Amino acid sequence: MTGTTQLNALARTWRDAHGGDLDLRLTDTCLRDGSHHKRHQFTAQEVHDIVEALDTSGVPVIEVTHGDGLGGSSFNYGFSRTPEQELIRIAAETAKTAKIAFLMLPGVGTKDDIRAAQDNGGQICRIATHCTEADVSIQHFGLARELGLETVGFLMMSHTQPPEVLARQARIMVDAGCQCVYVVDSAGALVMEQTADRVSAVVAEIGSQADVGFHGHENLGLGVANTVIAARAGATQIDGSVRRFGAGAGNTPLEAFIGVCDKLGWRTGVDFLQIVDASEDVIKPAMPEECQLDRMTLMMGYAGVYSSFLKHAGNAADRYGVSGAKILLEAGRRKLIGGQEDQLIDIALMLKAEQDKAAANA
Amino acid sequence: MTKLTAAIVGPGNIGTDLMYKLLRGAAEGGSVEPRWMIGVDPSSEGLRLAAQQGLEASHEGVDWLLKQDELPDLIFEATSAYVHREYAPRYEEAGIRAVDLTPASVGPAVIPPVNGEEHVGAMNVNMITCGGQATIPMVAAVSRVAPVPYAEIVASVSSVSAGPGTRANIDEFTRTTAAGVERIGGAERGKAIIILNPAEPPMIMRDTIFCAVPPDADRDAIVQSVFAMEKAVQEYVPGYRLLQEPQVDEPSAATQGQVKVSIFVEVEGAGDYLPPYSGNLDIMTAAAAQVGDNIARAVLAGRKEA
Repeated sequence: MTGTTQLNALARTWRDAHGGDLDLRLTDTCLRDGSHHKRHQFTAQEVHDIVEALDTSGVPVIEVTHGDGLGGSSFNYGFSRTPEQELIRIAAETAKTAKIAFLMLPGVGTKDDIRAAQDNGGQICRIATHCTEADVSIQHFGLARELGLETVGFLMMSHTQPPEVLARQARIMVDAGCQCVYVVDSAGALVMEQTADRVSAVVAEIGSQADVGFHGHENLGLGVANTVIAARAGATQIDGSVRRFGAGAGNTPLEAFIGVCDKLGWRTGVDFLQIVDASEDVIKPAMPEECQLDRMTLMMGYAGVYSSFLKHAGNAADRYGVSGAKILLEAGRRKLIGGQEDQLIDIALMLKAEQDKAAANA
Repeated sequence: MTKLTAAIVGPGNIGTDLMYKLLRGAAEGGSVEPRWMIGVDPSSEGLRLAAQQGLEASHEGVDWLLKQDELPDLIFEATSAYVHREYAPRYEEAGIRAVDLTPASVGPAVIPPVNGEEHVGAMNVNMITCGGQATIPMVAAVSRVAPVPYAEIVASVSSVSAGPGTRANIDEFTRTTAAGVERIGGAERGKAIIILNPAEPPMIMRDTIFCAVPPDADRDAIVQSVFAMEKAVQEYVPGYRLLQEPQVDEPSAATQGQVKVSIFVEVEGAGDYLPPYSGNLDIMTAAAAQVGDNIARAVLAGRKEA
């Protein structure tokens, strides 16, 4: 069946660019994106146990940081129970073969935070900007490379811009020293062909100068599908979270994607049975509840809202007695981007004022 | 002589907007008279507009300015932190006072309604950042009636109003603003976050100020103090307004056992040269014009006495 061979073909592989035997290099982000779902309450023990389980299963990269990146512990995004730098250190001490990655958002974290993360054993510096603002990351990529860190760039909310804009922004990051640009579907709003078009455009722009990655969310239930099509289009670094442990309806379920890769003959270096055991025995107990595809998270994928807004919209809805779904829809209408969690309170107050007015007139 | 003469160095968006504010101030009986606009690019739109307004406009830079027979009393620096650090010593040598709109932090920082009169004798004062000008007054409004162990500000500005200087060194924004939240805002510990939002049409600058205060803090006094500060800032930035009443959240695990005060403001620019959405730039130029005037009045009063 030559058709199947064609279908399973990857536009490029991690192995071609870097040697070794992986077709795709996976990053688990339970301990970073999952920090949103956990309301940033990870304990040292949980981080140790999760890193140990992922590392033993063969996951090559594990991301550990506050959900909003280095320096994210705040009123705006939620305070960390355990300082993130301590969690990075524990992760680095625990992992035997996996590399520890950390995330930073220019405007939230600073270069000093990057230095500290490296001192604590972080090896991969992932720098995220909104997908039209790549130039704010130039100084951070410069520093990261100078420090000898491996670098990754995140173009967040990629669904909001056409492929050619993403390609231009990817170019800015690569010229600044970024070694892999991720198309990041922060809102879980991309539908497969849109993913493929964006990944292809970035691959075409940066060629062999850097890798391309994909980071998916489940808000429309398309995490694995989008990731498969991204890999076919040339993404060789792939994000996911075991058990979807992440913001919104969660990330691409990494264990499911690994199973799919096995079936397609794509080598990830991760043992499927072990990662499924880790999901049940280690990840699940650390989750406050499963990540769900429900009214709120569907709204995010549908309206194109940043997945991390979920818990904050829920808090504001409870505090002011208004609809969380309406808060999210208004956030989409206002074109809020990652980081503007404070504006959800303003929206809730506006909805409450409208509600009070309607009640007074009734 | 009833006015100090001033040069604006840097004829970009900020410098040009500042020129219109200084011209208006001078016409309305202020103490600063803008006379020079200095740049380095002969094709600069700001230089052209300055010449049109009767200022002496030169593209030959500060070196040219400092060679003139008549020197300005005041320089408003609207270039970059890098340039200002280089030239600040030469201004001082020449006896020229500087109002620095870059984040160079050579001189003490000034927020008009908080410490606007404190450094009128300094040879160099710094305007911190746009986010600092918009938020530090509110931190001070809280800290003058209750202890503030921690304050955090979130500034959201439209992408088009964030210039290349801010973008190239966004860490400088967060660091300088956080330091101002502590030193001038009166918080024991400060944190600053900046977001650049590309939405079209561009969003008006919005800022959120979170202050932690002890459980026994006087809530009414805080709210009244915040309303009073809104009025004080409106005196020089008419488009500065609270979006909501200050919100007070009782202590919980999420607030680390402190009362959380949340203050939401919007800054709409006066539209002198920059479009109204760029309140972030407007509040800088408005504050600089105000501080320049404070300094000029103090200097003129000193001359009178002498």
